[in-house]
Amino acid sequence: MIIRRRDFLKASAAATLTAGLPRLARGVDTASVYDLERFGNARILHITDTHAQLKPVFFREPSVNIGVGSMAGQPPHLVGKAFLDRFGIRPDSADAYAFSCVEFEKAAARFGRLGGFAHLKTLVEKLRADVGERRTLLLDGGDLWQGTGFANAMKGADMVEAANLLGIEAMTGHWEFTYGEQVLRDNLARFKGEFLAQNVFLTEEAAFNDAKAFDPASGRVFKPSIIKEIGGHRVAIIGQAFPYVPIAHPKRFTPDWKFGIRDEELQKLVDGHRNNDKVEAVILLSHNGMDVDLKLAGRVTGIDVILGGHTHDAIPLPITVTNAGGVTLVTNAGSNGKFIGVLDLDLAKGKVANVRYRLLPVFAELLKPDPAMQALIDKMRQPYVDDWDDKLAAADRLLYRRGNFSGTVDQLICDALLNELEAEITLSPGFRWGLTTLAGQPLTMEDVLSETAITYPETYVATMTGHQIKDVLEDVCDNLFNVDPYYQQGGDMVRVGGLAYTCTPAETVGKRISELKLANGKHLEAGKSYKVAGWASVNQQSGAPVWDVVAKHLRAGRPPNRDAPGVTLKGVDDNPGITKLG
Amino acid sequence: MEITSNEFFKTRRLVLKGAGVAALIGLGVVPFEVPQALAAANDKYPEEAFKQKTEAEAIKALYGKTAEPSDKIKLDAPEIAENGAVVPISATTTLADVSSISFLVSENPISLVASYKIPAGTLPSVANRIKMAKTSNVTVLVEAGGKLYSAVKEIKVTVGGCGG
Repeated sequence: MIIRRRDFLKASAAATLTAGLPRLARGVDTASVYDLERFGNARILHITDTHAQLKPVFFREPSVNIGVGSMAGQPPHLVGKAFLDRFGIRPDSADAYAFSCVEFEKAAARFGRLGGFAHLKTLVEKLRADVGERRTLLLDGGDLWQGTGFANAMKGADMVEAANLLGIEAMTGHWEFTYGEQVLRDNLARFKGEFLAQNVFLTEEAAFNDAKAFDPASGRVFKPSIIKEIGGHRVAIIGQAFPYVPIAHPKRFTPDWKFGIRDEELQKLVDGHRNNDKVEAVILLSHNGMDVDLKLAGRVTGIDVILGGHTHDAIPLPITVTNAGGVTLVTNAGSNGKFIGVLDLDLAKGKVANVRYRLLPVFAELLKPDPAMQALIDKMRQPYVDDWDDKLAAADRLLYRRGNFSGTVDQLICDALLNELEAEITLSPGFRWGLTTLAGQPLTMEDVLSETAITYPETYVATMTGHQIKDVLEDVCDNLFNVDPYYQQGGDMVRVGGLAYTCTPAETVGKRISELKLANGKHLEAGKSYKVAGWASVNQQSGAPVWDVVAKHLRAGRPPNRDAPGVTLKGVDDNPGITKLG
Repeated sequence: MEITSNEFFKTRRLVLKGAGVAALIGLGVVPFEVPQALAAANDKYPEEAFKQKTEAEAIKALYGKTAEPSDKIKLDAPEIAENGAVVPISATTTLADVSSISFLVSENPISLVASYKIPAGTLPSVANRIKMAKTSNVTVLVEAGGKLYSAVKEIKVTVGGCGG
C-alpha cells in the first residue's frame, strides 16, 4: 500500500473547521463542512463505542491520558494543547472542542452537543449518497448496546432497532456480552447486519458438551469475518471483540466462552482471505483498544487498516505502523456518537492503491435530525421517560468522568456511596463511558443512569485490609500502565473516595501506589481492616443498584464536596498526556 | 452441532483426559493410574523435582543442567488469564529428537507444574491446564538431543473488573 503524505495533510486540512461556523450554519440540512472531496472507489464508514447514546451529548475528552514506556507522548496519549499541536488543529476551533478538553465549558456553550442517532443517520445518508450506491459500508466497532438507562432496561433491543435503521452492516462487541448469551443471541437474531468476532471460542467444557458455535470444528462461536463487495471490489472485514470480557466483567455472563487477542488465528484468517479469497483489502474491525491495535499492527501482516475502538480515543489521523509485510494504518474513532470515521479507499486489482481517512465530528447543530430515526428514538424512550425526567438536583459544577484517575462525576458517586452506605473508603470503576453535564444543568435519573447503567450495578459493603486495598489499586493500575499493551485491559484507574494516594505510572506492578492516607490524614495500615463500599464488582453482590444510591444522595441535597481527588502523580511532569487546561 | 465423524469426538476426549492427568500431577495429587502410565514411558516419577520451591532448583533436580532460550519452541498461553485456577497453556517445538517437555511457574509455591516424557517418534506437542497463584513467568523446557532449551512468557493473573 502506498501512502502519500500529501493526502494526509490534505485530510487534516479538510477536517479543520472554521471557528464559529456551526452557529452561522445552523438550520441547514447538511453543512458544507461535510462536503468531502471525492476520493477512491470504496467508502467505509466507521462508528464505535456510541454507548447507546441515541440523543446528542456533551462529552469532554480527557485532560489526563498518560502513556508509559514506548507509548509516552505518542497518540493516543496526548491531551489538551499537545494533542492540538500534534494534529494541527487550531485552538478555539470547533474541531478543538470536539477532539480535546481545551476550554471545554466555553466551547460547549458555543458549539453545542455532538452525536445523536437521528443526526448521525442524516450524515450517514449524505456520506453514502455522495459516492453512490453499493460503494459504501457502515461498520460498528461495538459498545453499541450499553450506556443508557433505556438500553439497560431494554437489554440492548432498542439499539438493535436503531442499528437496523441506521444501516449498520457489521459489528463486533464488548459490553454486548454483559447481557449474557441468551439476550445476545436474541438481539443478534433481530440484527440485520453481521456480528463478527474471530477471537471468541468455546471453552473445552462447552465444546465437549456441544454448545452452540458458528464453527464446531474450531470452536469459534461467531462468524469471524465477511467479504463484502464495494464499488466492484472485494473487501474482507474481520471482527475482533474485546479480548478480556470474562476478566473485566463477571465471568457468569459468558461461562462457555473464552476470548483473548489471538494474533495467530487472526494471521491465518488474513492469509486465507489474501491467498484463497483474493480480496483487495483486509480491514480489522477491532475492539482491542488503541495501544493493543498499534502493537498488533506490528505483529500481524496483511491488514490494510485497523478501524479501532474501546479506548475511546478520538484520533483525527491514522497512525502508520510498519510490519514485516508492509504497512498497516491504525485508527480510533472516539466515543458516544461524537464522531464518524470516513475511510475512502482507492482499490486497484489486488491491492489498496491509496487511502484517505477523516474522523468527522457529528455536530448536532449542523445536521437536521432524520425524521424516521427521531420517531423511533421517541417511541423507544416513551415507556421510561416519565419515570426518569424528574430533576434530582442541579450540577454544582462541570460533571465528567473521562480521565485516567478521577472525574467529577465519580467524586459525586464516591460521595454518595460514602454517605449512604456509611463506609470509610469507596471504590468506583474507571469506565470510559459516562456523559458530561455542564454546571447548572439539571440532573435527572436519566443522567444518573447514563453514568451507571450496567447489568451488574449492585453495591456492596465489605471489610478489606489495607493490604487488600493496595493490591486492588496496584492490579487495576497495571491494567492501565503495563508497558506491554497486551497486558492492558483498557478502562481507567478505579476511583477512590475517603482515600488519598500517590501513583508513579512508570513503575512496575506492586510499586506504583504509595502514601495511602485516609480522609482523616492517617496512613492506611496494611494489617488493619476498613469498611469499603463500591459497585460493579465482578463477584455477585446483593446491595441496592448504584443509581438508586446516587439518586438518594442527590435528593437529600447535601452540600457538594469540592475537595480535589487525593491522587498525587509522580514522574509524569513532562508527559504530554497530562494537562491542567480545561 | 452437526458432526458426522466419530473420530472428532474420540480425539477430543483423549485430549481432555490427557489434560486432566497433567493437572493432577501439577497439584501434587497422583492418581492411581499415573505411575503406571509413566512406567509405561519407561521412567519413574520425578519426586524430588516436584518438591523444589524455585524454578532453578526444580530444573536442577529434573535435568541437572541449564537451559538456553530457543525460538524453535512455540509457547501458546494467554497474556492475561481468564481464571488463574485453570490456565490453558500448550507447547510445540520444531527441535529434533525431543525426549521431554516440562512446565514451570516461577511464582507458584512449587515451581514445577508438569513434566512429560516424549517417546521417540511422538509429535512433540503438549497442551495442559495449569494452576497459577499469581502473575508469573511461565517457562516451558524442552529436552532435545540431550540438550535443554526454554521459552518464557509472562501470564498475568488479575482480580479483574473496571473495563472500559
